[in-house]
Amino acid sequence: MEPSPKPNHGISAYYQTRAEHHAIISGDWLSQAQAAAAAGHPPEGPPASAAASKPFSVIDEFNHWRRKPDLAEAVAAIMALVAGIRSSDATTMMELEIELKKASDALKSWDTTSISLSAGCDLFMRYVTRTSALEYDDFHAAKLRLIERGEKFGEISLKARRTIAMLGQDFIFDGCTILVHGFSRVVLEVLKLAASNRKLFRVFCTEGRPDKTGLRLSKELATLGIPVKLLIDSAVAYAMDEVDMVLVGADGVVESGGIINMMGTYQTALVAHSMNKPVYVAAESYKFARLYPLDQKDLEPALRPIEFGVPIPAGVEIEKSARDYTPPQYLTLLFTDLGVLTPSVVSDELIQLYL
Amino acid sequence: MDMRRPPRTVSDPKVRQVGFVTPSEAPPTRSLSDAPTTVAAAASAASASSPPSGEISLPGSSLSPVMIPPPRHASSDGRPSAPVAVPNPASSLRRESLRIRVGSYNASEVVLGTPPSASPSSRTDNAASEFSEETMSPWHGKSGTAKVASSFPGSSSEMIVMKTGVGGGGGAGSTPKSPLTTASVVKTLPGISEKEREVLMGTQNDGAGVSKTLKEKTTKAERRALQEAQRAAKAAAKEAGAGVKPSAASGSAVVANTKQGKVVKPPSQKKDGPQIAPPSGSSEKKVVDRPPEKDRKKDVPAPRMQFDDKHRVEKAKRRAVVNQFEAKNRVELFRHLPQYIHGTQLPDLEGKFFQLDPMHPSVYKVGLQYLSGQISGGNARCIAMLLAFREAIRDYSTPPEKALVRDLTAKISSYVSFLIECRPLSISMGNTIKFLKNRIAKLPDTMSESEAKSSLQSDIDRFINEKIVIADKVIIRHAVTKIRDGDVLLTYGLSSVVEMILVYAHEVGKQFRVVIVDSRPKLEGQVLLHRLVAKGLNCTYTHINAISYIMHEVTRVFLGAASVLSNGTVYSRVGTACVAMVANAFRVPVLICCEAYKFHERVQLDSICSNELGDPDVISKVSGRQDLNHLDNWADNENLQLLNLSYDATPSDYVSMIITDYGMLPPSSVPVIVREYRRENLWI
Repeated sequence: MEPSPKPNHGISAYYQTRAEHHAIISGDWLSQAQAAAAAGHPPEGPPASAAASKPFSVIDEFNHWRRKPDLAEAVAAIMALVAGIRSSDATTMMELEIELKKASDALKSWDTTSISLSAGCDLFMRYVTRTSALEYDDFHAAKLRLIERGEKFGEISLKARRTIAMLGQDFIFDGCTILVHGFSRVVLEVLKLAASNRKLFRVFCTEGRPDKTGLRLSKELATLGIPVKLLIDSAVAYAMDEVDMVLVGADGVVESGGIINMMGTYQTALVAHSMNKPVYVAAESYKFARLYPLDQKDLEPALRPIEFGVPIPAGVEIEKSARDYTPPQYLTLLFTDLGVLTPSVVSDELIQLYL
Repeated sequence: MDMRRPPRTVSDPKVRQVGFVTPSEAPPTRSLSDAPTTVAAAASAASASSPPSGEISLPGSSLSPVMIPPPRHASSDGRPSAPVAVPNPASSLRRESLRIRVGSYNASEVVLGTPPSASPSSRTDNAASEFSEETMSPWHGKSGTAKVASSFPGSSSEMIVMKTGVGGGGGAGSTPKSPLTTASVVKTLPGISEKEREVLMGTQNDGAGVSKTLKEKTTKAERRALQEAQRAAKAAAKEAGAGVKPSAASGSAVVANTKQGKVVKPPSQKKDGPQIAPPSGSSEKKVVDRPPEKDRKKDVPAPRMQFDDKHRVEKAKRRAVVNQFEAKNRVELFRHLPQYIHGTQLPDLEGKFFQLDPMHPSVYKVGLQYLSGQISGGNARCIAMLLAFREAIRDYSTPPEKALVRDLTAKISSYVSFLIECRPLSISMGNTIKFLKNRIAKLPDTMSESEAKSSLQSDIDRFINEKIVIADKVIIRHAVTKIRDGDVLLTYGLSSVVEMILVYAHEVGKQFRVVIVDSRPKLEGQVLLHRLVAKGLNCTYTHINAISYIMHEVTRVFLGAASVLSNGTVYSRVGTACVAMVANAFRVPVLICCEAYKFHERVQLDSICSNELGDPDVISKVSGRQDLNHLDNWADNENLQLLNLSYDATPSDYVSMIITDYGMLPPSSVPVIVREYRRENLWI
């Protein structure tokens, strides 16, 4: 069987995952896609039993993991690779490494749009090569160690979120107004923690067309009792006067220290920068990727469908990219599990990680 | 710093009553160069008009409390300052907090100008004498220490003021005030320029912690003057007789010594000692200045030879292998750089071939090639040098009773100095030489000579291979990912890496167009143009004059570099900065392609400190244009200097990305690479 066909033509797999995780309200395409996905792969299908019957496929495994709502994509990738190790019958570290390399390449090429997927793969590969069998004279001990480490990764990622929340909430002061663009689990965690520490602040949520991420976030915040106001995306500049800081998440943090995030982050950061408001980014360190986009067009576009509510006239083109790149000069600080960093430190961390 | 902070001790009430005489407490912003007396009068009037209460009444009094932000110093009239801004409590911006600080500090000065405040406090002799010796002298900077010093014994009132200031400062409740007041005595001295006053302010504040920022705002020259004066004062103090100092120091312990007379004496004596004899301050200053000048030269070894230093140049000439005639009309700003009359070296060197026995022929050959310009470009020069050294090492045999490690290092050093005479070293060559010497030094003692030699040779081979050849390949691989179909790539001059990138991108089938920007006098771009066109690339050739015209159609700028410094500054052939700035203005990304072995930990802010001067003749003549002969015999005209710079420094703001063998990096992470690279070098 052909392991999970390439994601729907014209829609990035990364975006699909996002839409599912974040319960993005959008048109019927998603229900169709979900139905198709559900038919193709039973969501809770135990991969271990499947592995017995048919040859192991990383991509199936990954697809299985990425449906879990609380799991970040990088974690899903690492879980898939760990499953790869488990089912592997390699007998030397070298063999295992080669197998893993193939698996991670397959994963990366299956969805080229996801930054955290490739970053997660790279990170784990890096870990594998660093834990060479030298430290463990027994190959099996090394293998077990890798599996253990991989399985811990999910935990680590959750812990990272908590660390970031701890660090980030210090920047929220009483009476401040925070503008949030996009729906990010880390940002939500930061705001949650700040609210539970009895900080008094209010949040402006952008609507986040076409995914309506703002609706989701404002709902979550309202249940926490945080005063929240919803803005349309084009009201960012209008509202910026009242705003004390901008807080966004990130799909990926690139080598320059800039971020790749949901469409509209760049313009929000630009407006904030021109009005001298700080722009903070909350992102886990596994989103750091060895990428260096020079401009907006210099990245793989993650395409997604856009509804305009009315039929689109024939011959009109639609920009479908789901995200943009914000250069580092418009960001103030990054809250990561490695600490609160300036954008230029990202590259240092990456160099230390990968060189 | 802490030493200057006056220890708070029991006060002497007597001190305070002299507060009136504070005329000299005039604000720094007024009365620039009047005679002291008039200043005093004016200032006293001013202080009289100011409310006598100790309160800070800023706008009312003509005492301008705003002497702080240096940008404002231009206005010399004492206009009332705007009230101190109330800082936004939420934002703890540094500057604002600074301003507050400053405000309060000024306030205290106002206090000083008024009748003594109630709370008495004073300081010990020690502190007083110390700051008069240490802190005070620099204030007189250029205007001559003597004047101030001699004024002390004559007008004891001023010294008293100083003392009062101390008391008042203490009374105001904040420690760092006391030096301030002393400074304000000095302020009324004639001939101190506005700027110097700022220096004063900087020094005064030393204890306050504000000083740092203020000081930094003074210019280099001012700081230097300050330092010099400080040194001069120290030397003077020494001369004045060791007798005074210990006594002052010992007296310091005694609090009772705070009586005026005593306080006045020790510093005045010190000042008097060397300076009192000649009455004129200006002639005096020279005498004081000289010895420290010498000292400084002794203890600070010049990192690079400064060619405006005649003694050193003379010395270097005696050692030199090559007869060098310095060019006559050198540009003032660049006198510290070596420049020789072109063409005098080569024939001389050629003639000397058989006399220079210590020189290995291959090194000699490379030197001549540098001199004649046959080998140019960072990588080419570096590789040629390494290969020559490899030959030399191969033919090397340790002389009897000498150690290979030491003798070979000395040999290499002599080769290097020969090469320097041919052409100043590039930074990449410097790094490479450092690597080689490091390898030699690290050779184990037990190794036999032949083993050591072969190990060194293989080290050299590996360096060339890993750090240059393979590094270039990695750079090319990275750079090609940044070239898209339909791009217009601009490059400037001839960079070997950029050439390889363009050729490779063409080979892998990318569709793009190249704009080659060139400049006189080297016209290296024509070489690149020739090679690229031969390979079938679509090229546009233009000169740098047209850069702003051509830039709007460009999508990427690829540039080579001679070095990347650790603040991200790119040091490259002259004109690169111009190209990068224009590209930045057009929002075109600038990609610098540079091997990591060329990175250097130095920080450079301008292209003046370290640069290379080319032959001025080549810019005075245009080949093929005999009619443009206006500059013939230009060397005879003393008023004309030609400047042919070889390199310039591009600030990191204009660089989007640096592509190295470690990947694509922002300029801000150059220091990381420098650090890692050095560590790696030790491993090899």
